[in-house]
This record gives sequence, C-alpha cells and structure tokens, in this order.
Amino acid sequence: MTGQAMPVIEARGLRKAFGATMALDGVDLRVEEGHILGIIGPNGAGKTTALNAILGLTSYQGQLNVLGRDPWTQRDQLMRDVCFIADVAVLPRWMRVWQALDYVAGVHPRFDRARAEGFLAKTDIRRASRIRELSKGMVTQLHLALVMAIDARLLVLDEPTLGLDILYRKQFYDSLLNDYFDRSRTIVVTTHQVEDVQHVLTDLMFINRGRIVLNCSMEEFESRYLEVTVRPEQVTAARALKPMHERQVLGRSILLFDRDSNQKIDRQQVAALGEVRTPSIADLFVAVMGGSFGTAQGAAQ
Amino acid sequence: MNSPSSSLPDSFGSQAITPPTSSATRPFYWSVRRELWEYRSIYIAPLAAAGVAMFGFLISLISLPRTVQAMAALDPAQQHKALAHPYDMVAGLIMMAAFIVSIFYSLDALYGERRDRSILFWKSLPVSDLTTVLAKASIPMVILQLLSFAIAAATLWIMLLLSSAVVLGSGGSVAAYWGRLSLFRMLLMLLYHLVTVHMLWYAPLYAWLILVSAWARRTPFLWAVLPPFAIAIFEKIAFRSSHFTALLQYRIGVRQAVGSMQDNFPIQPGMPLAAGRFLSSPGLWTGLIVAAIFIAAAVRLRHYREPI
Repeated sequence: MTGQAMPVIEARGLRKAFGATMALDGVDLRVEEGHILGIIGPNGAGKTTALNAILGLTSYQGQLNVLGRDPWTQRDQLMRDVCFIADVAVLPRWMRVWQALDYVAGVHPRFDRARAEGFLAKTDIRRASRIRELSKGMVTQLHLALVMAIDARLLVLDEPTLGLDILYRKQFYDSLLNDYFDRSRTIVVTTHQVEDVQHVLTDLMFINRGRIVLNCSMEEFESRYLEVTVRPEQVTAARALKPMHERQVLGRSILLFDRDSNQKIDRQQVAALGEVRTPSIADLFVAVMGGSFGTAQGAAQ
Repeated sequence: MNSPSSSLPDSFGSQAITPPTSSATRPFYWSVRRELWEYRSIYIAPLAAAGVAMFGFLISLISLPRTVQAMAALDPAQQHKALAHPYDMVAGLIMMAAFIVSIFYSLDALYGERRDRSILFWKSLPVSDLTTVLAKASIPMVILQLLSFAIAAATLWIMLLLSSAVVLGSGGSVAAYWGRLSLFRMLLMLLYHLVTVHMLWYAPLYAWLILVSAWARRTPFLWAVLPPFAIAIFEKIAFRSSHFTALLQYRIGVRQAVGSMQDNFPIQPGMPLAAGRFLSSPGLWTGLIVAAIFIAAAVRLRHYREPI
C-alpha cells in the first residue's frame, strides 16, 4: 500500500445538517497516505463534525470512504487501523493508568504494550494513578502513549493540545513526528493553535460554515502566498497590486498577496516594495476568514 | 497481563480467570472487566450486605442454643423453618443488595459514558456497539446474580460453621442441626430463585432500563419510571381498566414469577415440576423476546447517540 494511488480518506459531497444549520455543506476531500493534514477553521465551522464522520461517530449524507471502508457502518473494524484523540476530557476519569493499558491491550490486536510502557517511562505518570488525578498535560501524554503504541494507519487528532502549556504542546508534536510518523501513516489534525502545527503539516485546509475555503499542500502554500512588510513610500504602489489583505503593525502596512489570483506578482517585483516572507498560517487564516471574506473565497476556488 | 506494580485491589477475582485468547470473545471479556472496574458497587454492595448480615447473625448466635433446645417439641418442617430463618434473611439481604445495584447499574450503563464523554474513547477502539451493549447487559442479567449467589453461598457456609461451633459448645448435636437445616437444599433453592426470577423473569426489566439509559439525555430514572406510570393512569382514565398495571405487577411481582415457589419449597420432588412449569410458561418467553427487542434497540441507539 505504498505510493499515492490509494487515498486514506476520500469524501464526495459530504453533508450533515443539525436542524437548519449545515455543519457540512458538500465537502470534497482526498487525503493520501503519508500526509499530515491540518484542518483549520473558526468555532462551529464543521471541523469536529467532519472528523466525527470520518471516525464513524456521526451519520452523514454523501460519499465517504476511509481506508476502503464506510465508517458509519463499519466503525469497529475501521478502528483497528484508525486512532483518535479528541480534546483531553475523553479518557474515562475513573480509570487507573494500568487499567487503561490492560484494556487497550485486551481489545486492540495491534497494540504494543511494551512500547506504551516505554513512552510512559519517560513521563511522571504513575501506573496506579486514576486519570482524574493526573494533570491535563499528563492525560494527553497518556493518551498519546496509548495511541502511539498502536500500529494504525490513520491518526485523527481533534484539538489534541487544547488547554496545554507550550512545553507540553511542543513535546506532543515532537514525539508525534519523531517517534510515530512515517510515510506509511497519515495524520489529520484540527487545532486553533496553528503556530504549533505550521512546520508539522504537509497539507492545509481551511473550512468555514461547512465548506472548504482553502485546500493546498504546504509547498503550494509557500509558493502561492507572499507577505510583504511594505516601506511607507511604497504603500500606494503595493496596493495597486491588489493584495488580498492588509493590516497595520506598529505603523507599518503588511500586505498579503495571493499569486494564484494575481499572476503578475513575482518575488523580485515584490521584494522592491519591502521585506518579503511566507505568511504564517494564522495570518493567512485571518486574511481568508476576516473582512475580505468574499474575495478570499473567490480567490481560493 | 498485569505487571507487579499494577496491584489488584480493584480487580476483584479476576486473576484466577485467564483471559480468553480467541479474537471473538476477547473484546467481550475486556468490556465486562471494564464494567467491574468502573462500577465497583457490583461486588462491594453484595459484600457489604453480607458483612452487615453476618454481624447481625453473630449477635443472634448468643440465643442459638436455647432455640435449638426449645425446638425439640416442634415437627421437622417447623424445625427447619425456625433454624433456616436467619439464613433466609441473610440470603435475602444479599439478593436485595444485588437487585438494587442491578437497577441503578442498568440506568447508568449507557448514560454515564455519554455524560462524561468517555464514549468517544470507547468508540475509538475496535469494539462494536453490540459487544459493548451485550457486555453491559450481562452485568445485571448474569454476572451480578452469579456473584450474589457465590457471596451468599460463602456467607451461609460461614454461618453454618459458626452455628455448629456454638451448638457443639453448648453440648448439642451438630449432626441433628445440619440435618434439620439442610443447607445444600437451601443453596439449591437460592440458585433456582436467582436463575428463574432475577435472571430470566426480570430480564425485560433490566433491558428496559438499559434502553432508557441509551436514550435519555438527562434523568434516565424519570424516563424509566414516568412513562409506564403515565400509561397506567391514562388507561385508567380513558378505559376505566387497568390491564397495563396488571401487566407491570405480573412482571415485577415475584410470586407470579415462579408459579408460587413458596408452595414447592419444602418438597424436594416438586422442584423439577415447578421448573418445568416455569420454563414452559408463555410469560417467560414473551418477557425474553421483549428483552431482546429492548437490547437490540439499545445497540442501535448507541450507534447513533453522541456525547451529551
């Protein structure tokens, strides 16, 4: 199953309504093996609904195929190959650490207990502790240790580092990249802490009101978007190039350009206006979701 | 499976049982174990009831020699009744504790995991909804009843040994005491009662509670109790009849359950007859079918329900 012919996730026209609100409004999605996809969106954009559909936790309309299976009807078989961490409240609070290890070892055919114990040995988590006695960071460490010891093909992370301090967050993504990820695995992550994942992702997706607003690889992202801190005397010239977004920082204008919608722009030309760099995902997110929403959406499609 | 540091204060009686290796029963086995981890009252409540009952019995031992002496005048059946009375009380107390735990366990079984959102963790593992619900249903329908039988049997044996010591100490005949009491037959009757009434006859009751626990967004207790109550009142007002009330009484009342077991109690040969009558009664089988329907609906609901 190497190469990129086989998509890990394939969705066509995925829809899900809660009453009158469309949580997913026709999402087309294709994630291939060995990729790390970040799904970024405002609260209520449909991220969690999309992940829940992928995990077989919610029903949906449209076509969805995960590792060749229909998640809604085949959740239990699918979960042999898929792992899932939602925000930390999910591990049962009454459980003791050794019980969690015993249980997962008992029900999961691909769980390598020694590996999980190895990860736990690097932490301060005691095996007799109840989960409710652990700090939030420790619960995430425990969940990550359980999940990384499972030889799964797809890992789904829904706000995995919510409420954690920066050390735990850094450590979380470091272990994920160093001890877990390889080209035969696939990771889908949603988070609001976009600065943490900017250098982790291979693919990026913005979602808003149940629709995909932007979907590109990180290489495309880097070549497509330019952020320029414009010298004051060049501002008028720069604005003439139709930036997709402009913001003021410490009295200086920072302009964001989308080279797809404006073919004329190239790096040398823009470099004459000021200091050029690749924008952060957060800045692009604000530009796409913020004031000039309509144009940005047009640009993204 | 457990390494040394994973001490076993919580894993009641589990070390003796080797986990099954077949892939079909493994998830079921571990699902049952996790229920025993989460709801420790499953074994603590019957044990506590046994402890309390035993303590009361110890105090009553003081008057035992007098009771034995005073009984010489009575006929054998009455002697048995008088001697067996404390044993019946203790067994009854343990069964009642197990029954109450069954009710509250069933009401929380599929509700608690949604309320604390841990259902997302359980569903992230390769265990089907069917396996989970069957494991949960097996707790009140099988495991609690067998467990309460084991605890009751052990308690009654200890009581018998203690009584024997007292009788012996007061110069009485232990053989006569054992003969009149016939503990073995009492245990057999207890097991019969647990299997027929608490497992089979009450199965639809537990199944209903489990179904409500899968369905209710809050206060499963009210959802379990009020609708039947409302139907009964409605029927009374609308049709001036009370068939539904009678149906509930028929199901929950113990007497109907085993065809007046009390009558068959002293006569050993009557028991297979009563069992045959019970097993061939349509009430039992309709109840089991209804229980199966409720459980199937609970499996379906667990598939659809999200954390609350």
